[in-house]
Amino acid sequence: MWHRSIRNRLVSLLAAAILCVPALAQAQTQTEVSFYYPVAVGGPITKIIDGLAADFERENPGIKLKPIYSGSYQDSITKALTAVKSGEPPVTSILLSTDMFTLIDEDAIQPFDDLIKSPEDKAWLKSFYPAFMENSQTGGKTWGIPFQRSTIVLYYNKEMFKEAGLDPNRPPATWKEMTEYAQKLTKRDASGKVTQWGVQIPSSGFPYWLFQALAIQNGGILMNAAGTQTFYDKPEVIGALQYWVDLVKKYKVHPEGIVEWGTTPKDFFEKKVAMVWTTTGNLTNFKTNARMDFGVAMLPAGKQRGSPTGGGNFYLFKKSTPAQRDAAFKFIKWVTTPQRAAQWGIDTGYVAVRADAWATPVMKQYVEGFPPAAVARDQLPYAKAELSTHDNQRVTKALNDGLQAALTGTKTPEQAMKDAQAQSERILRTYRR
Amino acid sequence: MSRLTQWVYGWLLLLPAMALLALFTHYPALANLWHSFQSTPKGGQPAVFVGLENYQQLVDDPIFWQALSNNLWYAIGTIPVSMALALLMAVWVNDRIPGRGILRLAFFTPTILPMIAVANIWLFFYTPEYGLLEQFTGAFGLPSHNWLGSKSTALGALMVVTVWKEAGFFMIFYLAALQSMSPHLGDAAAIEGASRWYFFRRVTWPLLMPTTLFVLVNAVINAFRLVDHIVVMTRGGPDNATELLLFYIYEIGFRFWDSAYAAALTMVLLGILGIVALAQFFFLERKVHYQ
Amino acid sequence: MSATLNVYEPRGVGRVLETAGAWVLGVLWILPLLYAFWTAFHSPEFSTRLSLTAPLTLANFVTAWHAAPFARYFLNTVLLVSMVLAAQLVLTTLAAYALARFEFPGRNVLFALVLVQLMVMPDVLIVENYRTMAALGLKDTIAGIGLPYMASAFGIFLLRQTFKGVPRELDEAARVEGCTPLQVLWKVYVPLARPTYLAYALVSVSYHWNNFLWPLIITNSVEARPVTVGLQVFSSTDQGIDWSIITAATLLTTAPLLVAFLLFQRQFVQSFMRAGIR
Repeated sequence: MWHRSIRNRLVSLLAAAILCVPALAQAQTQTEVSFYYPVAVGGPITKIIDGLAADFERENPGIKLKPIYSGSYQDSITKALTAVKSGEPPVTSILLSTDMFTLIDEDAIQPFDDLIKSPEDKAWLKSFYPAFMENSQTGGKTWGIPFQRSTIVLYYNKEMFKEAGLDPNRPPATWKEMTEYAQKLTKRDASGKVTQWGVQIPSSGFPYWLFQALAIQNGGILMNAAGTQTFYDKPEVIGALQYWVDLVKKYKVHPEGIVEWGTTPKDFFEKKVAMVWTTTGNLTNFKTNARMDFGVAMLPAGKQRGSPTGGGNFYLFKKSTPAQRDAAFKFIKWVTTPQRAAQWGIDTGYVAVRADAWATPVMKQYVEGFPPAAVARDQLPYAKAELSTHDNQRVTKALNDGLQAALTGTKTPEQAMKDAQAQSERILRTYRR
Repeated sequence: MSRLTQWVYGWLLLLPAMALLALFTHYPALANLWHSFQSTPKGGQPAVFVGLENYQQLVDDPIFWQALSNNLWYAIGTIPVSMALALLMAVWVNDRIPGRGILRLAFFTPTILPMIAVANIWLFFYTPEYGLLEQFTGAFGLPSHNWLGSKSTALGALMVVTVWKEAGFFMIFYLAALQSMSPHLGDAAAIEGASRWYFFRRVTWPLLMPTTLFVLVNAVINAFRLVDHIVVMTRGGPDNATELLLFYIYEIGFRFWDSAYAAALTMVLLGILGIVALAQFFFLERKVHYQ
Repeated sequence: MSATLNVYEPRGVGRVLETAGAWVLGVLWILPLLYAFWTAFHSPEFSTRLSLTAPLTLANFVTAWHAAPFARYFLNTVLLVSMVLAAQLVLTTLAAYALARFEFPGRNVLFALVLVQLMVMPDVLIVENYRTMAALGLKDTIAGIGLPYMASAFGIFLLRQTFKGVPRELDEAARVEGCTPLQVLWKVYVPLARPTYLAYALVSVSYHWNNFLWPLIITNSVEARPVTVGLQVFSSTDQGIDWSIITAATLLTTAPLLVAFLLFQRQFVQSFMRAGIR
């Protein structure tokens, strides 16, 4: 009796072990690729990412993708670095292109160059727009692959234009025009309270991005290519800030105080403002939710046209196994094929990151039916690299604080920028040694 | 029980709790002091001893002084107001006015909500142009105002949120104290011809002192501990107008990853809390002798 | 609740004024919450327009529930709160018993050390505790969130006071019957301290349910994230705020506590009151 129970136990153990083998085998051949991704625009982004992951897994049965939504760009870089420091980094992630220096300094990422060996891969790398590669390469190496990239565009309410006697098909092309239009578009009620603002440029969270557009348009640059020096107190930069402050204080066509990034599209939909500056990544959001005729235009020119690029790149983290690394690289290449880059651009409004994506039939058709989709791309020749330095979060905070001080009226633009530059100098000094 | 048995039992019973306390309160406080004298390890470079350099950076940092000043104003703005409101609410609820059950509910509900949820609701409330507050003030013909987006009102706006959340909590303690007061006291005072205000000032208030002290300590701790609403509503802006000390520590430590500077900042916070603890201790001593 | 009429209660005009004042304050106080309810139960077009004929809808809640893994977040929070409470009850009982009823050298010093935590909470030592957790390998776990709080100075303080108030005769009687000190604890002290336990449990649960900053720092993945952090990640404002969905999500996360509070109002309030200082 005893022997039988032992024998039964052994048999069931063996059976269990045999049953486990396929699972084990599968576990061993399944490579898991985790990645953080932020969402900074309206729309069902999480659904789209999950859909992409599912499609990729179907085509590549040995790879398991694990997309992890991690909040805003700032939240995402925090989470990614937290994971790195706790010894469990993700395999890849979508993070701000400007986080490149910080990630390198924290020894968190590896360049893509070792993986880009074959002629197809080299051609693939060359296919991205140079404007987007500016924040993705340094020291002769490629650290990031563009994915959800953008420029700032001007959305305007065509119906309000008509009401104000402006040509709805002629958006403002210069600063002067934008000011004039905004003055015509700002409406006040009997008590003097504004019921409709002319123009609105968000200043919460990361005002430096929108400010950089103004700076570029005024002929200024904010930092050097090596990310070791900023130029916040140059006259062109101060002049750009002065213009923004004038819109608020002098021309009174722009809301006072800090304008919230997240509610700016809704402000537009609620007909509280006639023109807004925000990312092209919100385009599909506008298309879905704006219940009026609206137009999209390139940002007006100061001394020249311009906008910073924006958005996130794919980075490759260290400490992944070669299998994971290759799997991640495969996914990154897969999701940036012309077809998929085009589809991503259509689904969101982000600029499809390679020129041949715009030549695909589905994109051509989309642009024909919805011309605003091409505005951000057409602005690319005027686009410049986004503000990116070592210790990026701290250096941009110095600028953000200065911008907010000037916009709330507590400092003059000149004082605000001088203080910001002083702070930034203190931080970047150590990186120039 | 023999002396030895008492010793053994005493220490063993206390051991688990003390071990955890030591690990997560006493040790970190000391380790923090140690780390505040070192530099931040970065990439491949380890930390080195740098003496008072972090503290020098602290003294030179305008944002630190702003955060400190903000926190002190914040404490001054929220503590007396929430305590006074709490006392008022307790007196009213105690006075058996009609509907006091519902009132008690209305006053206490904000307390059980997470601060994060409260922050979301108030963020909506404060939205310029079409937030509820805007609609309110608009109905009264008052001009539009961006409460969270202007330096002069952002901190005040946050103070309102805090008072809203905390007052109900303190009310309960005052209510308990009021209800444990003997009604004979009132009868005796009334016989003597004391007015209501006189009764409150000379009898009720002194008897509420222990409660007031307890509430005060809680309020002070919360003024320095609770920064959840900043994360959601202003993120320290505009231009550091709502930067509080703990939030700054969080930013420095977990957004900029400058752990050494964060340690120095934490020492300042610990210092402040230490001073408050000592003050409370001395007050308590006096009160004990009083009775 | 006092049954006799407090002689100083207002009457007549004073009473009317006081009632009016109290009601105005009460309405003001509940207003933000009511507004949140309004927004959550109506579709986005009515979020800023308060027309009474607007149709009610549950769609926001459905969207919010599916937009983030709230089920998992709730599970995490429940696990966290239970784990912390269980540990706290055990640890504080033992420690309070030792401090209240045993004489041993260093007792006062240890009590003073315990009291330090009343002021210096784990919340302000985030940088160092994070380092400790990393060394213990507990980052991004529920245990990692709860561990710093398990030895609760507040609990020890309360229970010590309560235990000190237990008449020594009961203690001695049990001892005479041959109970060991631990049995005395279990049979005499614990049952008598039940109101304190209840009060403390309510305080602990609501504190840890609502805790945000430390869980934000220590957790990174969905598997460990409690509901407060989940709410913040979800309502991150960069993606264009849809207030209907965010208020729906907010109400979802607070619903359990709110419902529990509404049902057990009396006990809640009474135990908070009893937990107050004597």
